Amino acid sequence: MWEQIRINKRNSIILLTAMAGLLLGLGGLLGYAFVGPQGVGVGILIAGGVWLVMTLISFSSGDQILLASSGAVEVTPEVHPMLFNIVEEMKIAAQLPAMPKVYIIPDPSPNAFATGRNPSKAAVAVTEGLLAKLNRDELQGVIAHEVSHIVHRDILFVTLAGIMLGTIVLLADVFLRGTIYGSHRRYSSRDNNNAQGLMIIIALVAAILAPLMAQILYFALSRKREFLADAGAVRLTRYPEGLASALEKISGSKVPMQTANKVTAPMYISSPFRGAKANLFSTHPSAEQRIHVLRAMMHGANYQDYDQAYRSVTGKSGVIPASALKESESVPTRQADTRSEPQPQAAARAQQRIRFGDFIRQQQGFAFIDCPCGVKLKLPPNLPTNKVQCPRCKTVHTVTQS
Amino acid sequence: MAGLGAMMMMFLLLGGLVLVAAVVVIGIYNGLVGGRNQVDNAWSQIDVQLKRRHDLIPNLVETAKGYMQHERQTFESITQARSQAMGAKNVAEASKAEGALTDALSKFMLVVENYPDLKANQNFLSLQETLTSTENKIAFARQAYNDAVLTYNNKTQMFPSNIVAGMFNFTKRDFFEIESPAEREVPKVKF
Repeated sequence: MWEQIRINKRNSIILLTAMAGLLLGLGGLLGYAFVGPQGVGVGILIAGGVWLVMTLISFSSGDQILLASSGAVEVTPEVHPMLFNIVEEMKIAAQLPAMPKVYIIPDPSPNAFATGRNPSKAAVAVTEGLLAKLNRDELQGVIAHEVSHIVHRDILFVTLAGIMLGTIVLLADVFLRGTIYGSHRRYSSRDNNNAQGLMIIIALVAAILAPLMAQILYFALSRKREFLADAGAVRLTRYPEGLASALEKISGSKVPMQTANKVTAPMYISSPFRGAKANLFSTHPSAEQRIHVLRAMMHGANYQDYDQAYRSVTGKSGVIPASALKESESVPTRQADTRSEPQPQAAARAQQRIRFGDFIRQQQGFAFIDCPCGVKLKLPPNLPTNKVQCPRCKTVHTVTQS
Repeated sequence: MAGLGAMMMMFLLLGGLVLVAAVVVIGIYNGLVGGRNQVDNAWSQIDVQLKRRHDLIPNLVETAKGYMQHERQTFESITQARSQAMGAKNVAEASKAEGALTDALSKFMLVVENYPDLKANQNFLSLQETLTSTENKIAFARQAYNDAVLTYNNKTQMFPSNIVAGMFNFTKRDFFEIESPAEREVPKVKF
């Protein structure tokens, strides 16, 4: 596992350096195109400055921004005991230094993501749709995948690279707008400088190509990390079928996420956009392929077994770095957990949903009244009157609101 | 004069070698300490979960007893396994007793299937989820502990760290094997 982290770190540094080169190069080129040779330094400085500010913001509050923008609500163990138990199980299995915070996203599309820049300050968020669809083993597989992202430091990478990508897109965008709306005025006011004209064309091409290149780099690595997180998940749970069948259910869902975008997409367990085919610009490998690899793991649950399954399914060379394979010992898979269906699940999930709904209402300041006839009245804050009639037994209750 | 210079060179070289060796030994030593701490930490995790399971059992038995009057033997075997597990003194003893407790509990869970009233009890359902999760946590803590022990033991046995381990008395640790007849059975393959 430690070898895996070390290799991830190295890959991240290579990728980030490449992207930084791209970013600063673009900045320099834009400076040259706008101002001339003396503008190169200024362009680099501005590009670097924008990037630095964005990185600082994302470091100080990136996870909060992400959680808030996805509408995630932090929950207590009482709201969903099973989810909490599973997260704690995976925390123990992965030997995380602290319990990740647990969030639920009120979104019917089944999905999940992890965030937080280091393992002791991590958070796991799952959608309501996910909780409604998966059984215990499947949910465990998904959480294990997210915890693997945390252990592999993928979140740090995604944040840093995502910011870099965002800055490149932003710069290119500003430049393209600038040249389209402003080039006319500048050209006429100045002697036709051939060299600068050429530079503007080169900068234009670069401004179009740089975001594409950055995206290809970014998504290629993020696809690979999905496979690695799958391998890590199986190593934690020792039960590939749980994750495989979870992915099947998740990818089978036709409901798209309401709150995801291209940059945050790699953080989710499965691409939040539906119906997209796997290509150079996919953030995730096709779910079909991931499921095939997981189901091909017949003999064991360590990295080697995953690598073998990956090679036999895709026909490509392995996905796990050789030096991480060396140290892995033999790890047997386990049988299906017969205790994993402890109760009539549909009824239990319905109850769970009600409990989560109440939790959210409570946070929004709703008042709850238990009517003696069995009806539970849920009243929004700031009612015009403080007398409420129960719809079933017609008893009139007095609302006491803070 | 030339002789003195050569002597100096020799001393410098020797000093450099000793320095390099010291740095290597310190590095290995720290690695061993880190590994040992990880083992201890993983063990305390198992300990926490085992204690939690011990605390959970009286509650579980109390809730189930009212519904299952004819299963006295099942309850007795659980209670007995629990008191034995709580009295375990070392890793080997704990392995054995906890294995017996795991067996007794999984038998109990099978018997529960015959009591639909009990399965519908809200209190029992939440206890059951807690028990399931505690069993899982024990299994995962054991997994993490054994991984840590394997890494640490490898360090104490492989060259060159075994030399440092011998010098500072880093000894091999025991794996936490669950001594359960049910778990050792060869899984049946179905086609």
